[in-house]
Amino acid sequence: MADQHTAVDQEAFKEETLAKYPAKLAKKRGKQIIVNKVEGDDQVPEILANTRTTPGILTMRGCSYAGCKGVVLGPTRDVLQITHGPIGCGFYSWLTRRNQTRPATPESVNFMPYAMSTDLQEDEIIFGGEKKLKAAVEEAIALFHPKAIGIFSTCPVGLIGDDVHAVAREMEEKHPGINVFAFSCEGYKGVSQSAGHHVANNKVFTDVVGLDDTPKEGKFRFNILGEYNIGGDAFEIERIAEKCGLTIHSTFSGNSTYEEFISAHTADLNVIMCHRSINYLAEMMEKKFGIPWFKINFIGADSSAKSLRKIAAFFGDSDLIAQTEKVIEEEMAKVNAVREEIKARCQGKTVALFVGGSRAHHYQELFAEIGMKTIAAGYEFAHRDDYEGRKVLPDIVVDADSRNIEELKVESDATRYRPRKSEAEIAKMEASGFSFRDYEGMMKDMGEKALVIDDMNHYEMERLLDAYHPDIICAGIKEKYVVQKRGIPMKQLHSYDYMGPFAGFEGAINFYKEIDRLVHSSVFKMTKAPWESSPELSASYGWND
Amino acid sequence: MLLRHTPKEVAERSALTINPAKTCQPVGAMYAALGVHKCLPHSHGSQGCCAYHRSALTRHYKDPIMATTSSFTEGASVFGGQANILEAIQNIFNLYDPDIIAVHTTCLSEVIGDDLTQILNKAAVDGKIPANKKVIHANTPSFKGSHVTGYSSMVSSFVQHFSENTGKKLKQINLVPSFIEPSDMSEIKHLADSMGVKYVMLPDTSDVVNGPMDGKFRMYPKGGTTLDQIRSMGDSMRSIALGRVGSLAAAKLLDTKCKVPYDVFDLPIGLKATDDFVDAMRKAAGVSVPESLMLERGQYLDVMIDMNQYASGKKVSLVGDPDILIGMAAFCAENDMKVLHVVSGTAPGPKFERRIKELCGDGVVVKTGPQADMFYFHQLIKSERPDLVFGNTYCKYICRDEDIPLIRVGFPIYDRIGHSYFPVTGYRGGLRLLERVLDAVMDRQDRDALEEKFELVM
Repeated sequence: MADQHTAVDQEAFKEETLAKYPAKLAKKRGKQIIVNKVEGDDQVPEILANTRTTPGILTMRGCSYAGCKGVVLGPTRDVLQITHGPIGCGFYSWLTRRNQTRPATPESVNFMPYAMSTDLQEDEIIFGGEKKLKAAVEEAIALFHPKAIGIFSTCPVGLIGDDVHAVAREMEEKHPGINVFAFSCEGYKGVSQSAGHHVANNKVFTDVVGLDDTPKEGKFRFNILGEYNIGGDAFEIERIAEKCGLTIHSTFSGNSTYEEFISAHTADLNVIMCHRSINYLAEMMEKKFGIPWFKINFIGADSSAKSLRKIAAFFGDSDLIAQTEKVIEEEMAKVNAVREEIKARCQGKTVALFVGGSRAHHYQELFAEIGMKTIAAGYEFAHRDDYEGRKVLPDIVVDADSRNIEELKVESDATRYRPRKSEAEIAKMEASGFSFRDYEGMMKDMGEKALVIDDMNHYEMERLLDAYHPDIICAGIKEKYVVQKRGIPMKQLHSYDYMGPFAGFEGAINFYKEIDRLVHSSVFKMTKAPWESSPELSASYGWND
Repeated sequence: MLLRHTPKEVAERSALTINPAKTCQPVGAMYAALGVHKCLPHSHGSQGCCAYHRSALTRHYKDPIMATTSSFTEGASVFGGQANILEAIQNIFNLYDPDIIAVHTTCLSEVIGDDLTQILNKAAVDGKIPANKKVIHANTPSFKGSHVTGYSSMVSSFVQHFSENTGKKLKQINLVPSFIEPSDMSEIKHLADSMGVKYVMLPDTSDVVNGPMDGKFRMYPKGGTTLDQIRSMGDSMRSIALGRVGSLAAAKLLDTKCKVPYDVFDLPIGLKATDDFVDAMRKAAGVSVPESLMLERGQYLDVMIDMNQYASGKKVSLVGDPDILIGMAAFCAENDMKVLHVVSGTAPGPKFERRIKELCGDGVVVKTGPQADMFYFHQLIKSERPDLVFGNTYCKYICRDEDIPLIRVGFPIYDRIGHSYFPVTGYRGGLRLLERVLDAVMDRQDRDALEEKFELVM
């Protein structure tokens, strides 16, 4: 099947796909389905992204609450999280994202297996829910004695006008020593989970980061932003970093603690895994505290090596650089042994990825490492910069849906602003090819004529499967069985299908093996019963003769 | 300990729900709508609701769960969702071609006061709904009821919109099950089929959410109650509602709207409840009970007797949805097991507690409604330890901490597959449930027995 996709003209595919839509929708989707082209100076075509999903279209997208509570804050084990609203939202975000966490001791605080909700009822919708929220916070404090409490708003809370921020302030005054903060992440805000990421970033920045100036012990201290420890990815990154001699101060927010958050501004570098969900925090921390940031990627063994080298180069310590090289050599020997064997079997197979705000990009590298080609990819909730690179940021038009998410005005901190590198140092590093604040987006790394599809929907997915017959599809739980019923293996890249880690070197090995299993599994080969392919015998019973 | 912060001592709570033993109405409405043939559930609200419900049902069934959304933004939340749903209807019929769109509301659309009756009438008048296609709705705000009442509301909505009394009497009965698994719906149909009873079951998710693998994806799988069948329910001889909380509303509506009398029974879980259901069908349809069912009954009873020593006296704690809890309580009682605790986040009305006490005696602790959550359930278990817990997947955290075997029943079950294919209803379901209980109890005995007390034959 490997070459089947090349038989289909991408422009024709696009045109035929759009033909089914009414004119207005076809025009809009036409800007969201792009045939990739990389020209000189890494110019890629413009794509429409972070725009409303048309009602009635079977979308993959979720909501702002999911982005805020589910994605960004969910992985934090010791911030007690209360969902303010009717029961559903709190229920569905209860342990379903597989954020693993490893408390220091069996007694250490871990609220992650608990889902807490105000379970608003009709009376409270009519008369207001603030009183119940206060009582809920009091009850939570009495039972759990948390250091910090996050309150997450659901749709009706915004509509009935509950002032969750006032409740948070009041509770904080009443309970000095407990940091209570609230998120206005009502599900209708923005056009996808993305709005919730931004809301989460803002509040974590204003109410959490910077409260404690005590640095963590250790050399070469940095934060990893946008790593949520699904399937234990952060554990693997921690393992590698430690082996190199690096100190991860705080991960936002996989396997993290509140203490690490509040002192994160004492680290000397922020590196970003998931650009979409957390670039805001990196930007704001740089402005306020002088912490530089750049994009890294621990998905893919080669990318992991590249990322480690870049971090080591940033700190510029020769022992660190030497140790990093040693670690890479050691790890890559193990990776290569598995990679070569599996690559021989997977070479030339094709994949399409529709997921997230960075994974559709990152995982292309892992597939490429075993010789598999990405024929189509797209994000569920990313913005233009995630596709085309941050160079387009000045050109992005802010529409009404984005405008209602606050853009914080950040000033440098009067006493704590401390540039980690002087302007001269930065200029020198940049001159030698080192980049800061750098995300070049997915499209530049994709092949010529690959399809780039933003906010992919069910109808388009079916069209794609019909036309290109990819060997494997990556998306989420809602898409999983639609694809597999057609006999095509499907790998979930939100939950990893309850496997992992897939990050770092051990993760790469896990992933190669998993993809090898999926594309070569015998279970997909038994769909047809023997009698379906042989002509019917004339109506006689064998034993009658 | 995963739930290390749960204390044994119960402190009064009035505002905070911790680890809920229910979820919201729309997911039940979505599930019910999947049980109607060529029907596409539609969530009128923001995208997140639909994404969450589809995800929950997909994790539970490991099959495609297709549903659309009105994709509200802030603008729609201020100005109303009429434009969104009108656009949605056009796109849905154009792209996905269902026969019926079953709209359910959400907190969001309910709070802003979208009047779906008026909006959908307008859609019809304006010609937005193609000929022979239908769009119906149910009101299912999450700030009322639970997933079970949402299910019930959507089933009633199908009756309200489609069932008609045409004046002729059809020799068929209506079967209206509560929120149960497709395997259980199949089993109930099997009982009726075995007796030669003609029936319409609404809804019927069997062969929809537990569909086969044949290399094809079907937007609308083969199963589901057809529109013609729902229409004909108004001409049936009688309705049998199975599981009061989830099924009574639709059966009552068939009575008030179409003058079809109804009986309400517990779900046919366990021998006695199945007997009651079989007997009711026998009388309603004027048929006799065939040998094949006597065989199934006899086999289950045979195992009950053979293995009674292992089940008898075992203490159990139950958490979940009211109708299934009554079934589990009845099953436990008839096997001489002792039910300690019964907890449901759904508020089922006073009849529920009476029924549980009839089945299990007055000693059982029953708590339902606000703050009847799994946190409280766990606290009860810490005070009086059961030998077995019956509940959904979330119970595994409790059961791991407390080292108690878990029998997975109810919604959601995210980590095992049996519920889609193997029933707990009917005689065969009873036999299988008993097998699971015995496996759990006897594996535990094998694990814990002193070496000199380790038994080969049991």
